[in-house]
Amino acid sequence: MENGSIASTLVFFFLAAVMVVSSILAVTTKKILRAATYLLFVLFATAGLYFYLNYSFLGAVQMTVYAGGIIVLYVFSIFLTSTDEEKNQPIRSHRRWLGFIAAAAGTLLCVYLFQASPWGEVYYRAPEELPMKAIGNALMSADKFGYILPFEALSILLLACIIGGILIARKRQ
Amino acid sequence: MFNSCYTALVPLLPLFSFILLIAFGLRLPGKWAGYIGSVLTGIAAVAAYYTAWTYFSLPLDADGTRPAVEILSWEWLRFTPLLAIRLGIYVDALSAMMWVVITTVSLMVHIYSLGYMAGEKGFARYFAFLGLFSFSMLGLVVAPNIFQTYIFWELVGVSSYLLIGFYYTKPEAVSASKKAFIVTRFADLGFLIGILILSYFTGTFDFQTICGSAQDAAGVGGALFAPALQASFLGLSALSWAMLLIFMGCAGKSALFPLHIWLPDAMEGPTPVSALIHAATMVVAGVFLVARLFPVYALMTPGVLEVIAYVAAFTSLYAAVVACVQTDIKRVLAFSTISQIGFMMVALGVSGYGGHAGEGYTASLFHLFTHAFFKALLFLCAGAIIHTVHSNEMKAMGGLRRYMPVTHLCFLVGCLAIAGIPPFSGFFSKDGILAASFAFHPCMGILMTAIAGLTAFYMFRLYCRIFHGPYSGDTAAAQAEHAEAGHHTPHEAPAVMTAPLVFLAVLSLLTGFIPFGDFLSSDGLPHAFPLQTAVAVCSVLTALVGIGIALYAYGRGPRPAFQRMADQPNAFLRAAKNRFYIDRFYLFITHRIIFQGISTALAWFDRHVIDGVVFGSGKLTEKIARKIRIIQSGQLQTYALILLLGVLCLIGLVLYL
Amino acid sequence: MANIPMTYYLVLSTILFFAGIYGFITRRNLLAMLISVELILNATDINFAVFNRFLFPEHMEGLFFALFSIAISAAETAIAIAIIINIYRNLKHIEAQKLNELNDLK
Repeated sequence: MENGSIASTLVFFFLAAVMVVSSILAVTTKKILRAATYLLFVLFATAGLYFYLNYSFLGAVQMTVYAGGIIVLYVFSIFLTSTDEEKNQPIRSHRRWLGFIAAAAGTLLCVYLFQASPWGEVYYRAPEELPMKAIGNALMSADKFGYILPFEALSILLLACIIGGILIARKRQ
Repeated sequence: MFNSCYTALVPLLPLFSFILLIAFGLRLPGKWAGYIGSVLTGIAAVAAYYTAWTYFSLPLDADGTRPAVEILSWEWLRFTPLLAIRLGIYVDALSAMMWVVITTVSLMVHIYSLGYMAGEKGFARYFAFLGLFSFSMLGLVVAPNIFQTYIFWELVGVSSYLLIGFYYTKPEAVSASKKAFIVTRFADLGFLIGILILSYFTGTFDFQTICGSAQDAAGVGGALFAPALQASFLGLSALSWAMLLIFMGCAGKSALFPLHIWLPDAMEGPTPVSALIHAATMVVAGVFLVARLFPVYALMTPGVLEVIAYVAAFTSLYAAVVACVQTDIKRVLAFSTISQIGFMMVALGVSGYGGHAGEGYTASLFHLFTHAFFKALLFLCAGAIIHTVHSNEMKAMGGLRRYMPVTHLCFLVGCLAIAGIPPFSGFFSKDGILAASFAFHPCMGILMTAIAGLTAFYMFRLYCRIFHGPYSGDTAAAQAEHAEAGHHTPHEAPAVMTAPLVFLAVLSLLTGFIPFGDFLSSDGLPHAFPLQTAVAVCSVLTALVGIGIALYAYGRGPRPAFQRMADQPNAFLRAAKNRFYIDRFYLFITHRIIFQGISTALAWFDRHVIDGVVFGSGKLTEKIARKIRIIQSGQLQTYALILLLGVLCLIGLVLYL
Repeated sequence: MANIPMTYYLVLSTILFFAGIYGFITRRNLLAMLISVELILNATDINFAVFNRFLFPEHMEGLFFALFSIAISAAETAIAIAIIINIYRNLKHIEAQKLNELNDLK
């Protein structure tokens, strides 16, 4: 238990380090394709975090939709729109500083709030896997705690997105 | 009892005539507009006579007074549970008498105008305005409360304005109409304030309540007037202020000094209009109102009444002197009107209340009654003369008695009546006024008798200059000039014009014999009106002297001696010819002081300070906006940044406050 | 896993979130801004999952919200990329600060 505990702690810190470093690199690197790659790392690490929390289904969805679908979409669109200018022109420095100060201040403020909150004493208690069957039942049920209505609304939204995406991006004659 | 239907017809028919002629006047062929107006006014006159007849045949009350009858009453505005404005028809001896005067003169003027205004542009408009005026004046005199009086008071002002400015292409007529309107409006401001003070303290607009309380000063009246008498301002009680301010309105309408300046200029209007509005009816509205409120003046504020007497006496003297040197015949008549209204006001001013002391009141209204007829007569005659001579100036006339015998006779009757020669009507009424003046103070009596003599002089000067002496048109040069202008030798006016003259002349001859005191007196009790022999002899002798001088000086054309005297560079005569520079004084006040002094400064202030502030604030806003709009760049990322900073600041605030 | 308090996860997601915000404010490329938005959304997803897991382990709301959020961000990304490609096709660039044709200040 002691060893497993140490190993799991190490896993968490590893994932956290990957996410922090990758996210910071993703927003600071000048090359857009690298940014997309760092985003991919962040998303993978997030999926790892979900597995770590025993949300295997969520982690799988994160892997397939984000890493598999969205990043591919990004990469293609980056290829479609890439110009050489972006890496030469620096970001206006005063805005960068303002943005940095705001972000740092926001982070510090949040950290201060968490430190003041009672959540520092909350630990993970029930390390069992959420059964897939329960997720499926909840998603498709119309009972209390059933998610059939948001599920259907989401499917219509996705349909609308497909049509809208085609309409917007198609070439006009 | 009364048939209110007939009574209501009296003011409504002229209103109907006005509406009809304004709406369809231009479509009516020929003189139809005039016929319609005359017929409607004629019916109104008959209804008014009928109303007066019924009213004066009503049985007297137990205490011997004639009861006032309120025929129509309709609540129009209610301010407080106690204070409301009613519109209605209130018939008492005074308003019945006024109705008779107004409808008679109005009817005569309507008929006369059929001839006088024939072929004029705006014929229908003219009759429409006459209808409006008749309606307003009839409504004014039957007002049951002072507020309705005020409403109709302004309406007669408007119709007077419209009729003075009838020839609106003539600049003099336009400026005269503006002058009349502004001067009377200025006076009406005082009137309105007076009404407001009076109603504020007494809590009522009703004449019956106000006058009844004044008569009953010990009882109810004491309670009603107590607050107004107790409140004082600048050493006078509020009631005195109210009555003084109401008198100011009366002075404006009745052309008393120093608000008389509009009346001579108002002669720019058509002559029948001068006869109706500026001689017989509207200008006596002030006298009427003072008479209406007479119990209050006489019993509650005798000091104000005395002021009225002095102002009126001065006006009378001033106007009589000025009338002696005017050469425009309508101006002479205008100043004579001012002088005669002064007489009426003096009579009210010197009168006491009730019985023998109240004879001045009766005499004043008697004079109002007779004056309306003979002054309308004189004006209409002047109209006939001007119509044929095409000039207002005396020097274009002379010797007209051969050409216009009927007009000549009628004018002579009018002159004798105004001069106060028995048995013409003016003699009787003027005698009453002089008697009351003597009873007030011998000096006042002597002054008024002297003015009566002056009246006789200037009227006969006018008469002689028009009808006697050589006719100016007889000279070859004048004839050539006449022919050139398409004029003709003078001739008698058509029958439609002479008939009203003859009718009014007959009235001037006969109305003096009416036992007026039986109908109208200050306290409502019939009171015999005895002729004061001593006063009568004095006044007739003075008048005869005046006539004699006039005949001697002007009987066969102006005598050289008088002409020389008139031409001498005499400061007094020059001043009199210029109306003692009162008009110039007003011009100086308005142009030099108000326009140039105050208005220029105000205009500068408005242009530079007020506009500066307004434009400045606009410019400032624009400048600030130009600076601020840079923030609103349309850059989504900037917005996001500012949003984030704002949220952080808010959270910080919430945490640390 | 049992000895890591919830606050650590929250700090992690906060860092992700503000990194996304920083990117959104400072990046010039529309696609880079979109990547930053993905970071922000990802941070909220983590929060959903963590709050569910730590505070209400017997319920599934957080899980499902994270799930739906992933789906919605996928939809949003698809539309946004379609728009960006359209902009690129018309203007030959996707610089956020140069998209100011409607602004007379420039």
